[in-house]
Amino acid sequence: MVRTIANAVGALFVLSLLAALWGSISGVISDPPKPTAADLFHKEPKALHLASDGPFGKFDQQQLQRGFQVFKEVCSNCHSLKLVAFRDLKGIGYDDAQIKAIADQWAVEQPTTNPDTGEPATRKNLPSDHIPPPFANDIAARAANNNALPPDLSLMAKAREGGAPYIYSILTGYEPIPVALKKNFPDSLPLPGLHYNPYFPSLNIAMAQQLTTEGQVQYQDGTRPTVDQMAEDVSAFLVWAAEPKLESRHVAGFATVIFLVIFCFLAWGAYQNVWRDLEH
Amino acid sequence: MSFPWAQQYQPKHPLMRWIDEKLPLPRLVYNSVGGGYPVPRNLNYWWNFGVLAGAALAIQIITGVVLAMHYAANAGVAFDSVEHIMRDVNAGWFLRYAHATGASMFFIVVYIHIFRGLYYGSYKAPREMVWLLGVVIFLLMMATAFMGYVLPWGQMSFWGAQVITGFFSAIPVVGENIRIWLLGGYAPGDASLNRFFSLHYLLPFVIAAVIILHIWALHIPGSNNPTGVDVKGEQDTVPFHPYYTAKDGFGLGVFLLVFAVILFFAPNYLGHADNYIPANPLSTPAEIVPEWYFWPFYAILRAFTANFLWIPAKLWGVMAMFSSILLLFFLPWIDSSPVRSARYRPTYRMFFFIWLLDILVLGWCGGSPATPGYIIVGQFAAAYYFAHFLIILPIISRSERPRPLPNSITEAVLAKAHDRAPHGAGDPVPAE
Repeated sequence: MVRTIANAVGALFVLSLLAALWGSISGVISDPPKPTAADLFHKEPKALHLASDGPFGKFDQQQLQRGFQVFKEVCSNCHSLKLVAFRDLKGIGYDDAQIKAIADQWAVEQPTTNPDTGEPATRKNLPSDHIPPPFANDIAARAANNNALPPDLSLMAKAREGGAPYIYSILTGYEPIPVALKKNFPDSLPLPGLHYNPYFPSLNIAMAQQLTTEGQVQYQDGTRPTVDQMAEDVSAFLVWAAEPKLESRHVAGFATVIFLVIFCFLAWGAYQNVWRDLEH
Repeated sequence: MSFPWAQQYQPKHPLMRWIDEKLPLPRLVYNSVGGGYPVPRNLNYWWNFGVLAGAALAIQIITGVVLAMHYAANAGVAFDSVEHIMRDVNAGWFLRYAHATGASMFFIVVYIHIFRGLYYGSYKAPREMVWLLGVVIFLLMMATAFMGYVLPWGQMSFWGAQVITGFFSAIPVVGENIRIWLLGGYAPGDASLNRFFSLHYLLPFVIAAVIILHIWALHIPGSNNPTGVDVKGEQDTVPFHPYYTAKDGFGLGVFLLVFAVILFFAPNYLGHADNYIPANPLSTPAEIVPEWYFWPFYAILRAFTANFLWIPAKLWGVMAMFSSILLLFFLPWIDSSPVRSARYRPTYRMFFFIWLLDILVLGWCGGSPATPGYIIVGQFAAAYYFAHFLIILPIISRSERPRPLPNSITEAVLAKAHDRAPHGAGDPVPAE
């Protein structure tokens, strides 16, 4: 009885699948899938090697500070970094006095309430504050950016397939529109206000090229601020911003693995010892 | 408990004697996972995975309870509270990555445990109840994992909740109302997040309770073994402790090593980048993909693309997906062959591996974009999945000629030892 019902149900599923299969195959035959502009012109991220890569990776604090400077002087005009507090900058090598100064001199102030009148007001940033967003809200951000919303960068290095190399490729990947794209995909050309970038999934990104000329940011440590260098540094900084505990994770992981390898050897020995007289 | 020669618990210390008289809990533990549980002597490493699944559940509960102390189940702050755990809670990143990776490890271990049961016929009489309870645990795990994935309230959380609760809207007439009732609204929102959190906290303890029943049911006939042959006498078994506690200790070490490598060096490898974007009801991700452990079932769901017999494609897909798991409840009766282990069932063995390959193909399709190519491959693989259980298994369980079974576990063990020993002078005389 159970078997008859099961077979009947199974037969129905198989018939339904056959109908679906017929639909899929005839669909492919009558309307073969055509490659889209993104299929043909989208590029995989360029190679980028950072000090934090790999199981032994550690942050290059000099580079993180340079990247923070790029963020501060370029990115932070439009992008927020909500999850990072000024106090967290200790992790990239600033001391308490420097952090206090950075917070105090930050261009955007913290919203607060006037203690006397209760009116909305602003005050200087403190080390305990999170980095304030450049716009009061999403509507203001869109209004200032051609109706595009600059995403928060705190988790950018983890929130996109490709991570840091993706960020680096976007920043350095602006190109003239290929002739073949213009010819074959006139519908996929950037609309007004969008910019061609083959590393962006849809090829058309709202952000214009931001790192344009060498020396746009003046590095304190004497590193030559080429466009490539600035893009690499800010990508490294965003890896830190997304995963500030990366170094302690690697160190703890290394210790754990050593401990467990020793544990496995001892457990193996105990196992062999218990079973030594028994065929199994 | 299960065999007359099982060792009896004999408390030596007066305190233990006193406890044993009042509440024989130490005796229960001794009879369950101590010297009082005789286990076949020939279990291989595939038998480690039951204990490992228990360990994985314990890790999930311990890390989860601490995470819940810092997490806020409110749609406005849930995402940021997870990042607060990652950045500001002491060792919070460890707890969260351990919990997220731990879910994947739990599923890996349980899948291997299930495949072991299928290969060695552990679902067959007299262990049907063990198998049925195991399928219940698997279903509870899937529900728990799904609700846990919603909690960080990222893009995949939100849209995953949207898709999975959408299954219920396929039910005719009342489906949409059921979906709204489950979500507590028209779309996933604060009400959904709160109830998912509540249930995500509850279900692991339900799983633990069903595991107790699972082990209880197991201890009545005792463990199966790689030959599938019944235990005939005392020489076939060893006490669980110290023999299998020692072996499981080693297995646990290897499991934790693999776990640690993923946790510390590739914690986001098994996740999805989109879940680091806060949930946004106005922006649908390009691809909505569930966690890897749901991929085979997701592929079955997506394979049904045609309305057929006045039933819409979506309802076919949902019914097929649920049936693909519920089918497992009937397995002990679908496969009527009296021989348990695939070692002695050459035809079943071959089809088992084809089925395993089929599951991997389904998983690969389920994790890939819904392009016609993957859908068509998924349709063949889904058809084969059902054919395996509903056509192939019933036929081979009747027509197959099994290889001769050993007379006892001990005979099989000694024959293997004899084959392995170097032949020549000084060969020990086989104990036959």
